[in-house]
Amino acid sequence: MAMSAPRTLFEKVWDDHVVADLGDGFSLLHVDRHLLHDGAGPGLARVKDRGYTIARPDLTFATADHVISTARGRPPTSQSRTRALTALRDGTADAGIPMFDIGSGAQGIVHVIGPELGLTFPGALVVCADSHTCTHGALGAIGFGIGASELEHVLATQTIVQQRRRIMRISYRGECSPGVSAKDIILATVGAIGTAGGSGYAIEYAGAPIRRLEIEERLTLCNLSIELGAKIGMIAPDEKTFAYLEGRRFMPAGKAWDAAVAFWSNLCSDDGAVFDREETIDLSDLSPQVTYGTSPAQTIGIGGVIPRPNDIEDAKARAAIEAALSYMGLEGGEPILGVPVDWVFIGSCTNGRLSDLRIAAAVAKGRHVATHVNAWVVPGSETVQRAAEAEGLDTIFKAAGFAWREPGCSMCLAANGEVVPPGARCISTSNRNFVGRQGQGARTHLASPASAAAAAIAGYIVDHRTLDA
Amino acid sequence: MPQPFTTIRSIALPLMRDNIDTDLIIRVERLFGAVPRDELGQYAFEAIRKRADGSLDPDCALNDERYFGANILLAGKNFGCGSAREGAVWAIAGMGIRAILAPSFGDIFVTNCYQNSLLPVVLPQARVDAMAASASGLPGAHEIVVDLESQTVIGSDGVVDSFSIPALRRRALLDGLEDIALTLKRADEIAAFHEHDARARPWAYPKRM
Repeated sequence: MAMSAPRTLFEKVWDDHVVADLGDGFSLLHVDRHLLHDGAGPGLARVKDRGYTIARPDLTFATADHVISTARGRPPTSQSRTRALTALRDGTADAGIPMFDIGSGAQGIVHVIGPELGLTFPGALVVCADSHTCTHGALGAIGFGIGASELEHVLATQTIVQQRRRIMRISYRGECSPGVSAKDIILATVGAIGTAGGSGYAIEYAGAPIRRLEIEERLTLCNLSIELGAKIGMIAPDEKTFAYLEGRRFMPAGKAWDAAVAFWSNLCSDDGAVFDREETIDLSDLSPQVTYGTSPAQTIGIGGVIPRPNDIEDAKARAAIEAALSYMGLEGGEPILGVPVDWVFIGSCTNGRLSDLRIAAAVAKGRHVATHVNAWVVPGSETVQRAAEAEGLDTIFKAAGFAWREPGCSMCLAANGEVVPPGARCISTSNRNFVGRQGQGARTHLASPASAAAAAIAGYIVDHRTLDA
Repeated sequence: MPQPFTTIRSIALPLMRDNIDTDLIIRVERLFGAVPRDELGQYAFEAIRKRADGSLDPDCALNDERYFGANILLAGKNFGCGSAREGAVWAIAGMGIRAILAPSFGDIFVTNCYQNSLLPVVLPQARVDAMAASASGLPGAHEIVVDLESQTVIGSDGVVDSFSIPALRRRALLDGLEDIALTLKRADEIAAFHEHDARARPWAYPKRM
């Protein structure tokens, strides 16, 4: 048998899903998992109206996360949002698609519940009409966001037409200092490579620091791949991945599990595999990151100074920074430390998992939220919520003055009407600080759970590593 | 059924900021059924077009009547970055835009464009800048022609630029192909794949709950 050419992780997973080569770099790919959220109702109805049937309801899974209230009792917030939720319930029931509905014990943000239920796994091809589907790459899957039209195509065919990506490897080296998290690593990466640096690429994150990350940290890292412009970000599975998945609801057991692990153990980039682009990032001097502008690339270390527009030569780049600082109500040349915050949001598909809440609770324990601050903790799923309550994290948060809410996307994108008021400043563990993202005129600083919790206590942006007792 | 894509001859609306994200193109509260998709055009670029007090920004090209009726949008780098919301494309198409000329686009946005016969054309920054500069000149004097068949853009200065659209996408646009029907012609191949794959990767096919 001839030696096959060395392949990257991405190529191996891609090749395993090719139903047909369509030429010009395009393939018709089999979809292992199609995840639906509460925006999918119209797509389900349209597929039916167009005379098609749902090809594989057994490979399609739904939950509600975007439009639902995270207030206790889940009160309706608008007629159109209620209609969206009803359309999802009706459409999935009609097609026989399993739905993890509110109160099922498994509802949550689609990118939290996928890994948590063992729905997504190494070598899977996962799609969802949400750009943060790249999150699932942390398990060694190809996960990417699709649009509403592609959603209909996947529903009707269980396949998707895609153009192969170029492949970029980002290799990390050095040891992170204590208190520097996966969120800080990926924000710094976006800062270094830029929000379009990954356009057209699938990214593989590699190196010893990646191997040291726990799975939930890897999920945080891969979640921001789209903020690099890359719709796919992946990490080769390893023993930590297998240990994380073993025993989860949709994972096999016994011999079937052993066979899966044996297969997954080959899912890594071969020695000599060719990458279209290589980047190396040293983490030795990295400090906790916080964004100051309206792009995730506009990030600085917690001890850093907001850039002065006048120091930027390129007129267009200068104008962009000026506009960002004007929106954010900040001055170039000022330190980011000490900037007062009005709102704190801990949650989202980036940082709404149990380990994130443990870190935030450790900061909150025995302290109290500053009097002028509204601080929310929104668990990523009912599973996370239950586990957190079992360890008493909710008690710690509530005693410290945080609101402990029901699972959902909430204030990350404000699709459910939970907004940061105009002009108010929020430190958020989510993924986007775009203009108007958390509400019209809302000012967002992206940061880690520890940094967000510390800011809630202090009332201003602070280095969580040196927070006063 | 998509309509076959035809040559565009139109004035162009210049919106040259880099990194215009999909949250800027269409606000989330207009989505999730709040506004029917064919009525989203009136809400396109609200966050750019309006000032903080809700009034229209007279300095914004979107409010400049010289550009009303444009079928071509000139944009900056990384246009359409951010979320997967196809509502961003529906909103732009709803304004009457049929082609966007920019140095680069967000990956998911590009795919969504193809699904809605909105043509994303990648051109060098200098060329888009030149067209934007000429678009701010006298009205009627800056028509641009975008021809997908020959994959060329002819600027109002007469300069011809070539662009490249993947053959599969180009054919689908020109012929107005319906993608689900096209894929279902391969139903046998898909079934054969499933049969083989279920043996190779049984864990990928969970038993019903």
